[in-house]
Formats: sequence, structure tokens, C-alpha cells
Amino acid sequence: MIKVNNRPVEWQEGMTIKKLINILKYSYPVLIVTINGEHIPREKYEAATVSDGDDVKIIHPIAGG
Amino acid sequence: MSCILTAEHVHKIKAARKVLKEFKYEPAKLEKGYANKSLYINISNNSIVSKDVTEKMKDVFIGGKGFGLWYLWNAVNPLTKWNDPENEIVISPGPIAGITQYPGAGKSLVVSISPTTGSVVDSNVGGHFGPFLKFSGWDALEIQGKADREVIIFIDGNKGTISIEEAPLESVDTHLIIEELTEMYAESDEDKRNISVVSSGTAAQNSYIGLLNFSFYDKRRKSPRVKQAGRGGIGTVFRDKKIKAIVVKFNGVKGDLNNPVDLKKIQELGIKLHKEIHDFDAIQTQKREVGTANLVEIMNDYDLLPVNNFKYGNHPETWKIDSKQIKKKVTQNMPDGCWYGCSMACAKAVDGFILKTGPYKGQKVLIDGPEYETVAAVGSNLGIFNLDHVLECNFYCDTYGVDTISLGTTTAFLMECYESNILNKEITGGLELTFGNKDAAMELLHQMSRGESFGKIAGLGVRKIKELLVKEYGAEPQFLNDIGMENKGMEYSQYISKESLAQQGGYAMTNKGPQHDEAWLIFMDMVNNQIPSFEDKAEALHYFPMFRTWFGLMGLCKLPWNDIEPANNRQTSEPAKVPEHVQNYVELFNSVTGKTINKQELIVQSERVYNFQRIFNIKMGFGQKVHDNPPYRSVGPVTVEEYLSRQDRYDQQMKELIGVAPDGKTIEEKIKITRKYREDQYEELRQTVYKRRGWTENGIPTLEHIRNLGIDFPEVLEVVNKHL
Repeated sequence: MIKVNNRPVEWQEGMTIKKLINILKYSYPVLIVTINGEHIPREKYEAATVSDGDDVKIIHPIAGG
Repeated sequence: MSCILTAEHVHKIKAARKVLKEFKYEPAKLEKGYANKSLYINISNNSIVSKDVTEKMKDVFIGGKGFGLWYLWNAVNPLTKWNDPENEIVISPGPIAGITQYPGAGKSLVVSISPTTGSVVDSNVGGHFGPFLKFSGWDALEIQGKADREVIIFIDGNKGTISIEEAPLESVDTHLIIEELTEMYAESDEDKRNISVVSSGTAAQNSYIGLLNFSFYDKRRKSPRVKQAGRGGIGTVFRDKKIKAIVVKFNGVKGDLNNPVDLKKIQELGIKLHKEIHDFDAIQTQKREVGTANLVEIMNDYDLLPVNNFKYGNHPETWKIDSKQIKKKVTQNMPDGCWYGCSMACAKAVDGFILKTGPYKGQKVLIDGPEYETVAAVGSNLGIFNLDHVLECNFYCDTYGVDTISLGTTTAFLMECYESNILNKEITGGLELTFGNKDAAMELLHQMSRGESFGKIAGLGVRKIKELLVKEYGAEPQFLNDIGMENKGMEYSQYISKESLAQQGGYAMTNKGPQHDEAWLIFMDMVNNQIPSFEDKAEALHYFPMFRTWFGLMGLCKLPWNDIEPANNRQTSEPAKVPEHVQNYVELFNSVTGKTINKQELIVQSERVYNFQRIFNIKMGFGQKVHDNPPYRSVGPVTVEEYLSRQDRYDQQMKELIGVAPDGKTIEEKIKITRKYREDQYEELRQTVYKRRGWTENGIPTLEHIRNLGIDFPEVLEVVNKHL
């Protein structure tokens, strides 16, 4: 189990940020991603591994419709 | 544009005009963003008066919506109805409006007593009218009274003349009258860009959900186009006053007409934002490419796109109406704005669309849009996933003068009533109003334009239809109140708020009704989980409505605030507020007006006007706790099918949040348990928000708060004291 935005999400073997974003269907074009507080730039989403127990934040910087 | 306008036709309608009143004035030179004059026109007795704008007005009400509220407050009494002559339509652009250096500065705010809510409503609109009005020497235009014949008001900002003209032959529908009047009042083709027309349409005069169109001339297309002041039925007030159009003409737009104190600073701020837009729009929200329509697929992905009267949040056929499909229809395919210098350029248009229905069937027309709200309102929320239908409906709503949001939400409600056997073909006059029936939906709109059959009923809006169905057909009130997506008499805009408590408040704890322009917190709340406690949500429901109110005081568009973000925004402590852009606005205001506010005072400026509007509602018999009750459809699942569509989520919440095991319970029992929990949550949020906003438990601003804000005028205290 990992935490995404302080909510529990099932962890999967081989999970990366890119895979996690796909699982969550987070299609918003601008995301702010951290793993255990460390910022992950967009170009590293595919390589950034998510380990079991990680604290992930995927913030959508949008406050206006 | 579609119509074939002949010189003979223009000559004929021009010859039939009769000047009822003419007024000459010396156009004021703007100083620090203000003309310091406002224009009052009474069309009952054809009086035209120039009023001074006082320093106190500027200090307290700033401009735009603030001026509109203040003038309207003084014009009406608690018994004034929307169709009384005392009701006014006030149009005011605000002190920053009209600058050409910073994107999104061409807005006007329109204020009136609404036919659907019965209280004060404000609507924010683009187009060239507001800046032209100000450059013509007027910070605001107040129109009061009711004409006894069809009239046009014409303001020539260069010659300094205003006329009220009898207009018997002009068209009513917008796509026709904007062409006629642009042709009639322009002295040459080149002069057409100096004309802006406010108009409505035939459905506005037969419904309560009429809108106003504000035109701007598209030089590339050689045609006027329109932006809409959609919410609250102000177009209905306009047509009830027998106004066909208001025309302003101003030649000579330049970047320094506001006479700001620091033009260089404004230029610097503008260049910085233009660069951000240039560098990042394509990888951020793509406003230049697809406008607001990119939200269609995003909302669908996050289960937030209203489907079938807000029952569901997504649909497998959404791809048929998403921005990729819309992009194929947009003909210009280049950045396209509604005011000079706006590089955000979110405007879009479809040329040469051949209409398939209605009085203009077979004609090729130009359609401005569609915006996200329209696609959701007349598309997914009606279960219609057909882009040609959305475009056709978009065109007819604009030309008939009907708000797409209110029309969509009302039609969705009627469709659910039909499928729930509350309505039938006998009542609807033969219309089979089932979800997905595009032909029935279009016919309803055409009936509204003609003022006949069931379209006349649909034009009443959700609240009044609910009352009618209970009274005339014995419908069960609670079910109608649960599924009828209105609050304060205004129809909901197009987002599913069930899974965001903060957004439930962002809709129902608004001043004018559930329009998302006060607070849009779904992502912060539901997705990011950034505001988990009641206090966090209340803080957001204080800050964002106050901040966003400010755009309406200035004549600014919201999009350049947070639909584009600086590269380092993510590193700031509060990225949702876009702190660098907030600072831009502080500096922009100071550079135009010479005042020295900071970001805290910016919020206080809004807070004054926001609380004044709340008290205005109280004056009109609204504005208390009971008026902030949401329909349950916006809070949780009303029906079994709705619960089943998200059963896993709701069952899990029951177990983890409510502490009740869902096993062995019927769906009806689970709906009841979920409802009790969610309604209690809303109530706790409401009290936390009221406290944060400085209001009593009944939602009345406290005397201390009113005094601190400096709006403790005797007439304000008189209203509030009755309720404390």
C-alpha cells in the first residue's frame, strides 16, 4: 500500500509515477509530483519508481473552472 | 455571419428609425482608469443624465460589479420585481478594463434583479462594449424604466452624443441585429471595428433565462461576433424593457487611454505574462488552441462531467464531443481573443456551419464557441454525444438570447422528470423528452423562441417548473427538490460536486446562485486532498470567492490568473493561488490608479463588495441560511441507479467514514445512511464557513464585520438590524 495525497492506494510491483498516473486516470496536463517529499520532474515520470509504503503527492495546481 | 444584408434592407430599417431623445456631452478624459462620470438613462420618460462618480464610490465599490450593485441598491426597494420599471440593468467595466498591455482586460459586469432568483444577479462578459463605454467617457451605464415601444440606445463616444431611437424594423435575434446595427452605425468597412452592440433574442422575451450578447468585430472574418452575459436572465429584463440593442461607437483605441499612473510598469507586467503564455500554454491548458473545451475530456476522466442531469460523472461516448473533435470544427485555428492585447486568446469560432433545424435551417452561420459549459450543458448532461447538435444548440441559444447553462440544466431536469413518469407526452405536447433525444431538445429551444407549447414552460427555469409540477400535476416535492439542480432559483453550472464537500459549499453558499465563478475547489478538495478539515475548506471558501470577486470589480477575465502558470509556481507554498499572478494584479491596480494596495487589501476590497451583495440579497428577502441549502443531487446519490453507479466508493465510505457496515443493507437503506452523513457534513461546513466570513449562524454579516469593512451605512445597518 502507498499513500497518494494522503489517501491509501494499492501498490503494484514495478510501479512508476507514469503507471500510477495512468491507473488514477490523472489526465490533467500540469501535475506537481513528489515521492517522499522529493520533486519528480515530468521527464522522469517513466523512470521514477514507486516503492511499497511511499508517500506520493500528485497535486493538480488548479483552483478555477 | 449568415444573413445576407442588403443595402436596401439597411436603408429601410434606418428610414424607420425615429429619434426619441438626443443628449450631447463632452466625453470625459480618463484619469487613472476612471472617467469619473456615469450615464443614467430612463427609457420610461426618455431622460438622460450624467452623474458624478464620487471618490467614496471608488474607494468602497471600486467599479464594475461594485458600481452596479451600488446603483441598483439605490434604484430598487425590497418589493421591486424583475419586471418593474424600477429595476435597472447596470453595465460597468471597472478601472483596469480597457488596458491593452495585460491579457484579459476587456470585461464588463452586468447587474440587475433576476427573473429566476428574484434577487440581485451579476454576470461577467467579454466583447468590446465595456472598454468602448469607458473610453466614451462613462464608468457605468444605468438603464431604468420600460419603453412603450421597441428602442435602441446609441452612444457615440467620439461625437459625444447619446440617442434613444425607436427601432421598429430591426431584428431581435442576435446574429441578425448585430449585423444590421454594425452596418448601420459604421461609416465605412474600416469603421465597423469601432462598433459594439449589446443585444438579446426572441427566446429571452419568452423565458426567464435570457442572456445578453456583447459584440466585437472580427476583422479577419469581416463579421461581428459575440460573448455572453449568460447567468441570471438579464436578457429577459432587457427584452421586457423593450430594448432591442445598445450600441456604442468609439474610434481610437490606444494603449494609454486609461491614463494610468505607471504605463511602463503595466507594460512590464504584460510582457512577463505574454512570455509565460507563449512558453507554457501549449503544455499547460492549451487555451490558445482549444479554448475552455479541453475541460470536457478532463472532467470526464475525473468523474466530474455531468451526465443525465448530474447523475453520473463520465460517459464512454464523451470522446465524440471532446476538444479533439471540436478542434476539427474550429475554422480559424489561430489564437483569437475578445479584447485587444489578450494573448490568452481563448475565443474560438466555427465558420460555415449549416443549420439543420429552426427558422434559419439551411443557412450557413458563424458560431462562437463552444465553451466547456455549453458542451456539458446541452451535450453530456442531456445524454447527447453529438457535436453537430451541440454546435447547432450553441448557435440558437446565442441568437435567441438564452443561457446555455440554464437551458441545459433545466432540460436535463425535465428529461429526468419525463423518465420518472412525472411528465408525459400529453403534458409536453408530444415531445419525448428522454435523455439522448436531441431532436426533442432542439424543438424545446425553438418553442421557447416562439413562446409556445412546452418550451414556454421550460423557459421558466428549474425552480418555477418544480412549483408548477407540484401544483398542477401533484408531483412529489421532495424528489423534485432533490433532482432539480438549482439553488436560489439559479440553475447549476456544469460540474459534479458530489465528491467534493468544499465545492458543494462553493456552489450553494454563493451570493447569486450556483455559478462556479466564486469558487471552484473540486481538485484542491477531491483530488489533491489539500483542504481536509472543515477549517481548511472554510478558509478556501473565504479566500477564493473574495479573490475571484475582485476580477468583477476591475473588468478582468479570470483565465489569465490560473489557466497559465509561471514555471516556478509549483515551488511556491500555495500554488493554487498562483502567488506571482496575484502580485501582478496588485501592481496592475496600483499602476493604473496610483493607489497602494497590497495582496491583503485586495481581498478586503472584494470583501466589502461581497458582503454588500450578501446584504443586498437580505434586503430583497434572500441571503440567509435557508437560501444556502443545496439540492441533494449536488451532495450525494438520490436514486438507486445513481448509488449503484458508484457503489464501491459509497460502500467504502460508509464503512470507513461513517463507521457502518454496508453488508446486508438494501440500496435504499444505504442511500438514507449516506444522505444523513453527507447532510450533516454540509451543515458543519456551512457553520464553519459562516464563522470565517464574519457571519452569524443564520448567514447574516455581523455588525462588527460590517463596521470593520467600512460599509456600515445607515441603509445597510437598517437592513441587517432586522435580522440580528
